[in-house]
Amino acid sequence: MEPKDISRRKFIRVTGLSATALTLGFYFSGESKASTIIKGEDAENYGVSLNSWIHIDTNGKVTIVSHRAEMGQGAYQAIPQMIAEELEVNLDEVNIIFGKGDTVKYGNQITGGSSTVRGTYKNLSKLSASAREMLITAAANKWSVPAAECYAEAGHVIHRPSGKKMHYGELVVDASKLEAPKNVQLKKIEDYKLVRKPLARQDTPLKTNGTAVFGIDKTLPGMLYAMVERNPRLRGKVKSYDDTAALKVPGVKKVFKVTMKVFDTDREGIAVVAESTWAAMQGRKALKVVWDDAGFDYVNTEDIYKKMKAELQSKEGLSAKKQGDPDPILAQQKNKLDVVYETPYQAHACMEPLNCIAHHKGDSIEIWGPIQAPDWVQGDISQKMGVKKENVIVNMTFLGGGFGRKAFLDYTHEACLISKEAGAPVQVIWTREDDMTQGPFRPGVSYRAEGAVNNGEISAIKFRLCGQNIGHWMGSKKDVPNDSVLEGFQPHYFDSIKNISFSDVPFETPIPIMWWRSVYASTNGFAYESFMDELAIAAGKDPLAFRKQYLKSDRCQKILDKVEQVSGWKNRKPKQGYGVAITECFSSTVAQVVKVSKDATGKIKIDKVWAVIDCGWYVNPDTVRAQVEGSIVMALGAATNHEIHFKDGLTVEKNFNTYRMPKINEIPPIEVFIMDNNEDAGGVGEPGLPPFTPALTNAIYDLTGKRIRKLPFDLAKV
Amino acid sequence: MAKITLKVNKKEHTIDADPQMPLLWAIRDIVGLKGTKYGCGVAQCGACTVHMEGQPVRSCSIPVIGAANKSITTIEGLSDDNSHPVQAAWIEEQVPQCGYCQSGQIMAAVALLQKKTSPTDADIDAAMQGHICRCGTYPRIREAIKKASKKMTAKG
Repeated sequence: MEPKDISRRKFIRVTGLSATALTLGFYFSGESKASTIIKGEDAENYGVSLNSWIHIDTNGKVTIVSHRAEMGQGAYQAIPQMIAEELEVNLDEVNIIFGKGDTVKYGNQITGGSSTVRGTYKNLSKLSASAREMLITAAANKWSVPAAECYAEAGHVIHRPSGKKMHYGELVVDASKLEAPKNVQLKKIEDYKLVRKPLARQDTPLKTNGTAVFGIDKTLPGMLYAMVERNPRLRGKVKSYDDTAALKVPGVKKVFKVTMKVFDTDREGIAVVAESTWAAMQGRKALKVVWDDAGFDYVNTEDIYKKMKAELQSKEGLSAKKQGDPDPILAQQKNKLDVVYETPYQAHACMEPLNCIAHHKGDSIEIWGPIQAPDWVQGDISQKMGVKKENVIVNMTFLGGGFGRKAFLDYTHEACLISKEAGAPVQVIWTREDDMTQGPFRPGVSYRAEGAVNNGEISAIKFRLCGQNIGHWMGSKKDVPNDSVLEGFQPHYFDSIKNISFSDVPFETPIPIMWWRSVYASTNGFAYESFMDELAIAAGKDPLAFRKQYLKSDRCQKILDKVEQVSGWKNRKPKQGYGVAITECFSSTVAQVVKVSKDATGKIKIDKVWAVIDCGWYVNPDTVRAQVEGSIVMALGAATNHEIHFKDGLTVEKNFNTYRMPKINEIPPIEVFIMDNNEDAGGVGEPGLPPFTPALTNAIYDLTGKRIRKLPFDLAKV
Repeated sequence: MAKITLKVNKKEHTIDADPQMPLLWAIRDIVGLKGTKYGCGVAQCGACTVHMEGQPVRSCSIPVIGAANKSITTIEGLSDDNSHPVQAAWIEEQVPQCGYCQSGQIMAAVALLQKKTSPTDADIDAAMQGHICRCGTYPRIREAIKKASKKMTAKG
């Protein structure tokens, strides 16, 4: 792949946009999802302040705001690439800046659910096309020619018959006086110059020369550094502490207790504020803290999973979906399948550990950090710190990974508390151990799957899910089933499986939990697609043909045909080690085939992975490929290495020596194929993850006859 | 605290620091070069990799006194403009996703290619398997190393 436009342009941080002549933004009316494009100077009439996505000044300089977080998934590139397409500007002449946290200006900024492109492309395309049309109309008016005789290209408007041209800078003042068009014509796929092209990402050069500023790299004048000594059991209180030795460490300035909120728990810690990261670390080491860990149960992994298993055997759970009536069929089935799948708690393990800078200035606060949801942080800090929302400024830096962890609001709150007490801007850094042991974690989930197969057909399926419900954090009621029970399960299965039910067996522990890449689909995918495979085997059917039989939609058929074709599935020999899985997550469907064999030592070797993604409309095919590749690597680690254990209330795994990441020598060859259609955009950052593990364990079953139902498993011990 | 002279990217810096401070924090917080990263603090991830006397080392695990007067190269020292063949290959292959591990990956790759101009897959495994990438860019790292090798051997 040879990308065009390898840019050596430096990233220019534009902090104050003055003298902009044409600004366009949206007025998001309260309830409806529709938006009205309004101009900067009309903003007051709508009672909103605008600082929109597109700024063009009289020199023709274009600045595009990326209002979502960049954590590797390519939003920093995708948003400008979409905008530049309809706006008709060259991408390497555009400055890209991060938007600050502000729901009013940017709408939803939470970067999660693989929603950046699919949630914004229609509006942003409309916005950009509108700007283009206004510029064309302005030129046409200036030349006294029909607008239909003009077109836009590379930051210019050109009059086709005469060849006259003007650059945008000469037109913005006039364009800003025009009405924003009510309807705009968006480009057809075949006319795209930027979208659908594997353009080089604008952030890549910054990440190959050390200049990309991550949260942990940001500095402010007069900034101090802080580390917090945290309770190993997470919820214990500070009984007492002795800071005598800590205060003697050169560079240490202040030591005090800090209490941040994690859901409804108050997390106490002792903050050490110092002149350097090292001084803060040393000061923290010199602390003597006595913890009071009384009054709560100490969690143990063994007990948790024992209890989950028992619940799955004894409880029906809350019904999440029921089609037909599986129970009577299962009750009288002679050779009923009845199996349990177990998946572990996971750490996010972003390469950049948590950190945040806060500068509490009294009646205003400014925050800098690797933040997935700058709008949420603004609202949360305003409420928790009692500072007016418009005085809470939240700046996103690049994120060294997010995966859901950096959408949580604990570390940002903590930094504000510490800055307030310290009376200075402070950067709070979490050690790797803090980051790995304190959670929140991806919940471990267990499943019970029952099925009946007769005459080669599915008669009934009953799934029960048992695990903690992240929804409870968002205020969902405890007598309502987890709304993610079906995540990962391709909805078109429901078209052809008559009797099928899903239920949520409620389960609570004090372990804090949070979204992790692909959320519940990450574990559901394993259970549901392993079980579909077990049903296929019971039915005496080829597992891929079985999926085709039950996923009759045109798009599913095409995806399955494609993965069948590229993997050579039809030519495989029995027990050669081929497995397949297909899942749907955030409106995208991904099918994967994995081929395994055994090496000379008897260890399972993954020979190849083929992945086919149907994400509908997409921006940058290279980014799509990279996200699926990366999702597979993350799933590989989750399947074969990663479990966060709890013992006596303590998190066992503390660093990468015990929470082993896959390394370069363990990665199989991966080939990714993108289905090309013009369907609505689906997610890209996460959907590649759920099908990998079941495709792998299905392949292992094909090779060895061994069915793996518990994760993680050791490839050397199958 | 002690006065220690560091030679970083061909510039001398005389700093006042705890001799036991890891080189990583001296580079980041005192010299002010943020390209070298903290990932684990226990030499498990490679994000802190710099060159000391031409060899790749884990700066999180070297006390700054141990780096005194030795020549140190960080990611910033490879070129002024991303023109080092490894950097150019990294951009052509579009390797980074979040990018946080990439300084360390690149420093290790440069060291490998200085030793072996045409590394095999096994050579790449051996040199790079101590480096973690959570985003999973490994396949592209491998391709970029091979591409850089071609660039460097073509130059002669």
